[in-house]
Amino acid sequence: MRNVYLDYSATTPVKDEVLQEMIPYFTEKFGNPSSLYDKGLESRDAVSHAREQVAALIGAQPKEIFFTAGGTEADNWVVFGAADKLKAKGNHIITTKVEHHAMLHSCQFLEKQGFEVTYLDINEEGRVTPEMLEAAIRDNTILISIMMVNNEIGTVMAIQELAAVARAHGILFHTDAVQALGNVPINVKELGVDLMSMSAHKIYGPKGTGALYIRRGVHISNYLHGGAQEAKKRAGTENLTGIVGFGKAAEIAKRDFDKHVEHCRTLRNHLVERVLAEIPNTFVNGTMEHRHPGNASITFEYIEGEAILLFLNHAGISVSTGSACSSNSLEPSHVLTALGVPVEKIHGTVRFTIGDFTTMEDVDYVVDTLKNVVSRLREISSVNTQKGW
Amino acid sequence: MALYNDIVMEHFMNPKNVGELENPDGSGTYGSPVCGDMMQIQIKVEDETIVDAKFKTFGCGSAIASSSMATSMIIGKTIEEALDITNKQIIDALGGLPPVKVHCSVLADRAIKNAIYDYAQKAGKTYAALEGYDPNEDEDEHDHGDIEE
Ligand SMILES: Cc1ncc(COP(=O)(O)O)c(C=O)c1O
Repeated sequence: MRNVYLDYSATTPVKDEVLQEMIPYFTEKFGNPSSLYDKGLESRDAVSHAREQVAALIGAQPKEIFFTAGGTEADNWVVFGAADKLKAKGNHIITTKVEHHAMLHSCQFLEKQGFEVTYLDINEEGRVTPEMLEAAIRDNTILISIMMVNNEIGTVMAIQELAAVARAHGILFHTDAVQALGNVPINVKELGVDLMSMSAHKIYGPKGTGALYIRRGVHISNYLHGGAQEAKKRAGTENLTGIVGFGKAAEIAKRDFDKHVEHCRTLRNHLVERVLAEIPNTFVNGTMEHRHPGNASITFEYIEGEAILLFLNHAGISVSTGSACSSNSLEPSHVLTALGVPVEKIHGTVRFTIGDFTTMEDVDYVVDTLKNVVSRLREISSVNTQKGW
Repeated sequence: MALYNDIVMEHFMNPKNVGELENPDGSGTYGSPVCGDMMQIQIKVEDETIVDAKFKTFGCGSAIASSSMATSMIIGKTIEEALDITNKQIIDALGGLPPVKVHCSVLADRAIKNAIYDYAQKAGKTYAALEGYDPNEDEDEHDHGDIEE
């Protein structure tokens, strides 16, 4: 049976080049980067090198990169670190309704402690406009956090314009770039962001490693307390292998950026075009214009996403659903809800995300399989075009 | 490792009794597309025995499997016997459902009861098990959890 993985936004395989770079740091080069003998210094150099590689990918200075245990930690650090540092100035935070739960649940936690959070709506394209942001700013706003690329519908936000609004008011601006990294051009200086979250496992690096970019001159409180690692800002013995892997993955992402984007976009467009042309009563969620090159969020009306996922899984195809029904939740996706997709249609939404190892044959196999699966499930369904919902 | 056991998968991939009856003696639906599952079950009754049943379901894998199992269980049973079927029995017959999917069996159970209720209304019959039965009453709220990528 063919195996087709179309869930690159969930995670990516570690590229061989990345793995080869990591391996020595498990065994021979295992020294603690804080140790003062050669074996430690060798590890410290490896961490510094990785820091340069990650910085180069986003146009930052190496000193502005702080390694974390992933995107979730970076998001939490920003929320709790900024809230603590700036609590004397104000207690209002602005974010959006479509952030990852790493951001949303952190903000909700702060709300319980007396902070106020505004969750911005998105427009029909899935974006927040500078006007929408401007209208939410208050005298006591201390942090604005808007994701660069949405993980479900792949919408790319106008970060440069949004960051400019924040800057004009002297408010800290953070962006969660976990899905954006390696998929859209990022230059933190041009974008004008103060803080930016990243994760290695979405760019063919290892899981459990990420980083927070903190612009020079920006100060937020620490989140993890302990040793003096990461310039005393993030305690804990460095995840040496993970960091080395992240560095290499970042280097490759920079080196192969154009090729990667072109490859994903070509296959994604082929998938979308074929699905829309060959399967009736389907639609794409979010704008095609400002979109992650590998993302296709497609709704199949009158059927339910988990059922589609199971049939596809049986055919060796891995995708995820918008209803998150299959990911242990029965709640309809907060992103599709914010986009205004009717709830019954959210249940029939599937996210396909394409990556470097996807081929044209894979995409054709997926569409061919989908055609059968969708018509089979529509035969079973109690709702259809004649009956309506 | 799989989301569902083999029995559930078999009833999902190759469901029994899919479709609609031409002249059903009773027809019941339960759930709504907004909640993510809606089942329609129809029955043909002869001499108080359910001789045929068909279903149509909008829903996830376990909703389809529960519909298939539930319709299989009531065919050949008397109305009284069918009314005695509980969602627990549907789950057991399926060899178990994940906790978050238990409500799918409740849906199937309710769709059966609604079909029989409809039959009782049309045929002018009364059944002790249907006394005070409200076909539109909501099922209990179910558990939610979430993991996102
Ligand atoms: C937008 C976004 N933010 C944050 C995260 C969390 O990152 P991590 O899995 O590295 O903790 C993810 C992915 O899971 C994501 O897609």
